[in-house]
Amino acid sequence: MAWLGSPLGRRLVLTLPVAVAAVGGAAFLTLLERMKHGTYDPHAVPSPLIGKPVPNFTLPAQPPATTGISSAELVTAKRWILVNFFASWCVPCQIEHPVLTELAAAGLPIWGIAYKDTVDAAKRFLTERGNPYTRLARDETGRVGIDFGVYGVPETFLIDPHGIIRWRWAGALSDDVVRDQLFPLLRGGSGA
Amino acid sequence: MTPELGHFALALAVCLAAAQGIFGLMGAQARREPLMAAAPALAVGQLIALGTAFFTLIWCNVVSDFSVLNVVQNSQAAKPLLYKITGTWGNHEGSILLWCFILALCGAAVAAFGQDLPSSLRARVIGVLGASSVGFLLFALTESNPFLRVWPPPPDGQGMNPLLEDPGLALHPPILYAGYVGFAIPFAFGVAALIEGRIDALWGRWVRPWALGAWCFLTGGIALGSWWAYYELGWGGFWFWDPVENASLLPWLTGTALVHSAIVVEKREALKVWTVLLAIATFSLSLSGTFLVRSGILNSVHAFANDPARGIFILALLGLVIGSALILFALRAPALTPGGLFAPISREGALVFNNIMLCAIAAVVLTGTTYPMFVNLLTGEQISVGKPFFDATVLPLTIPLFAAMTVGPMLPWKRAALAPVLQRLWWAALAALCVGFLVGFGVRDGLVGLAFGGAAWLVLGALADIVERVRLFRLPLRESLARAAGLPRAAWGATVAHLGMGITVAGIAGMALATHVIVAVHPGEGVDFAGYHWQLERLYDAPGPNYTARVAEIAVEKAGRRVALLTPSRRSYPVQRNTVTDTAIRTNIFRDLYAAVGEEQNGKVVLRLHRNPLAPWIWLGALVMAAGGALSLSDRRLRVGAPLKAAAMAKA
Amino acid sequence: MRKKRIARCQPIGALCLLAAFFAAAPFHAARAVSNPAEMLPDRAQELRAEAIGQELRCLVCQNESIEESDADLARDLRAEIRKRVAAGESDKEVIAWMVARYGDFVRLKPPFRLLTLVLWFSPAVALAAGGIAVWFGLHRRPAPPQPLSAAEEARLKRLLREGWGNPRS
Repeated sequence: MAWLGSPLGRRLVLTLPVAVAAVGGAAFLTLLERMKHGTYDPHAVPSPLIGKPVPNFTLPAQPPATTGISSAELVTAKRWILVNFFASWCVPCQIEHPVLTELAAAGLPIWGIAYKDTVDAAKRFLTERGNPYTRLARDETGRVGIDFGVYGVPETFLIDPHGIIRWRWAGALSDDVVRDQLFPLLRGGSGA
Repeated sequence: MTPELGHFALALAVCLAAAQGIFGLMGAQARREPLMAAAPALAVGQLIALGTAFFTLIWCNVVSDFSVLNVVQNSQAAKPLLYKITGTWGNHEGSILLWCFILALCGAAVAAFGQDLPSSLRARVIGVLGASSVGFLLFALTESNPFLRVWPPPPDGQGMNPLLEDPGLALHPPILYAGYVGFAIPFAFGVAALIEGRIDALWGRWVRPWALGAWCFLTGGIALGSWWAYYELGWGGFWFWDPVENASLLPWLTGTALVHSAIVVEKREALKVWTVLLAIATFSLSLSGTFLVRSGILNSVHAFANDPARGIFILALLGLVIGSALILFALRAPALTPGGLFAPISREGALVFNNIMLCAIAAVVLTGTTYPMFVNLLTGEQISVGKPFFDATVLPLTIPLFAAMTVGPMLPWKRAALAPVLQRLWWAALAALCVGFLVGFGVRDGLVGLAFGGAAWLVLGALADIVERVRLFRLPLRESLARAAGLPRAAWGATVAHLGMGITVAGIAGMALATHVIVAVHPGEGVDFAGYHWQLERLYDAPGPNYTARVAEIAVEKAGRRVALLTPSRRSYPVQRNTVTDTAIRTNIFRDLYAAVGEEQNGKVVLRLHRNPLAPWIWLGALVMAAGGALSLSDRRLRVGAPLKAAAMAKA
Repeated sequence: MRKKRIARCQPIGALCLLAAFFAAAPFHAARAVSNPAEMLPDRAQELRAEAIGQELRCLVCQNESIEESDADLARDLRAEIRKRVAAGESDKEVIAWMVARYGDFVRLKPPFRLLTLVLWFSPAVALAAGGIAVWFGLHRRPAPPQPLSAAEEARLKRLLREGWGNPRS
């Protein structure tokens, strides 16, 4: 370590501050760029459930549906299913509604769970705006939402034919997200 | 018309700042007196221009000129006058303008009070300040211009975040910015010294008052922010290790280290390279902290309107200012001559120890604050670093620091023995141990006992220094008093500042013993808590200028005697669709009685009641620290004698 | 004034986001107080639940723990934690339960793993760096003076004998 005391060593040590600042600057720049492109969000909460089986649950029906949803059905269905947590009091849910309708029309089954909502309000929401959901259930206490790691609405989960959660999107779905993230998974992963 | 005047003044300020930078630096480089003399004049000119711009913006807010976009977005006609004025800096654009205004103030201050500096150094310092200003002014003019107009002017504004309609938070930005931006002056001194290629004892003497002044403001600003959080947020906390708080703590830590290491430069011409680095680092930290929190990269609620495009401009600006200073440091620092030698146990050794501990704490806080970002960058994972981490890592580091804080000032320069000094502190140590054990066993909490013992050690140790200097009880009292009167103010200032730190530690330790209870009561019901009887007398509505408040009246009694009448409330602001709690605090300096009112259900209202022992001491201690700093600043040695010395040095 | 991405909704949490909308929101708006009905009857258990809660981040407000936050989700999670504490689960188990659902991000106290080694060792590293800096600063002393030559020795002897009277000798 004695060479640190030598003139060359001293020069090198004195360039450390600018080196540290440069690394920091490069890091901040990269993060800013990523923020612009949406790949970095300091407030995002990544889901630890990706790649894990759907949590066990059974939920009662949400009218207009007459039967509820249970986790077993998600497995036995043996197809790609989108599970969408929504609520009538949630503005972004209204914004993503057309996207869900399009997806449903394209043949992707969407199972909806009304999160912390009243039966009547959710029913009215669906009557007024249309019902894109193949199956419907209600989670009035939000307890099943917690098991899914839901921290707000809307949240959407993609379940594969084996009942494994493959993707989670927190926030309103948009055409870009569907095109860039959802479709590749559906195309690439079918049968996997 | 008036907003355009402000806009023009801002543009003019850019030009003046550029000229200030060019004339100052080129003039000093070429040693042309007329150019060097122009720099101070330009600095004053820049201040006048920016002052015009800033006060124009305030005026627009006061008269509610809704043709100015900034006023529309942040003000409303019904806002009380005080908050119309202080709301000027309660938003991104206005606070950038405030920043630039204070930077211009710094340049003008050096121009006005730096008459005794050698002209080349003064020109360089003002030049560096001018050059730094250019970047921020350009940013203000292009990316966050407060003078943008909107036509047709809307009938009313969108109002301000109601949290800001509060005297504490209104004063917090100017004082805090005076601290942040004030460290630009030591930064400029450091860069100027590096350009000149030499640092000597005089440089240390010149830098220290400016660093101390900025330090006083920063201490006050941080304390004000913490006090505001305590009385506004409703659950009795005062420090959360939020990224923005850490961003203000980092320059404070390195600034404290700077103020101490500059003493060694002044007295012994040692630690030059380190002190210059600290001077550059402190301002760099205050720059990076303020701006990066605003850019939205860090997960903090303090983020202003997040715009990555603005973020890139800011980053480029920071890169230029900080990068050029550090490159200059890497090139020029090796050439600085090493200074006086000293033994590890000595006053200089103690100051080095102080620096190591303060910078270690700063390194930990910096690592913790930026770690989530780096982890995300490298692995994509999202981890979080919060209060539990910082409490666990920073608090142990403060123990050696506080232990040394009382011993250090009593050590002689150059070479000392520890034993005699420790012997002189025996009574302070004994008292601290007693206090520690008594409290520790009394409340059955070893850590709290340790904290109180530490506080006693700090306070008594600070006094011990004065006791030693006046030889109290070893000389007749009259002589001791005469000595005390003759002591330099800097000695008193140091004692007072260290004492203030002890008071703050006691306050924090007291808060660790705080108790609280959450109850739901009907009006007319009461509850017994912490030895008092708290009676909810009534619940009523009280309208305000731009809000409606729901007020709870709580009578607090002890042993039948009325101690306080607390009126906490919840204010609803219709325009911003926001609700704010207003806590009620009754203090007798030794404990705070604190009440916050929550939601109502079935006729019952939720109340949160606290008894916080010694809470006011936290901020009183900070005030005492700042007072100590100010006392040191008033020392005549800092002003008188410097011109004579400068003349002597010039001849030598 | 730019808006933050409003793709989310949470009942009281919306107020937290609203606060972040408007400029210079240092902390959150509506800090109503939590409900005494939530507290566990057993004081020791309540304190343990509070301690656990203070280590967990509220995901809605994000810069508060779930103990301090007024968001609905925070309230639900507080209730869940108290249920588990009352059922006898250890602190580790409760936190593991939360992390299984929300990831490591929810822990305000970062876990001690390979990834966070640098973080947890930063105090030691900082002190070590300081120590090293002092060490090689102290050892950067000028070389000791060369031994005197015979002529210089003689001159020194003469000066010491005769005193300093004649500085030119």
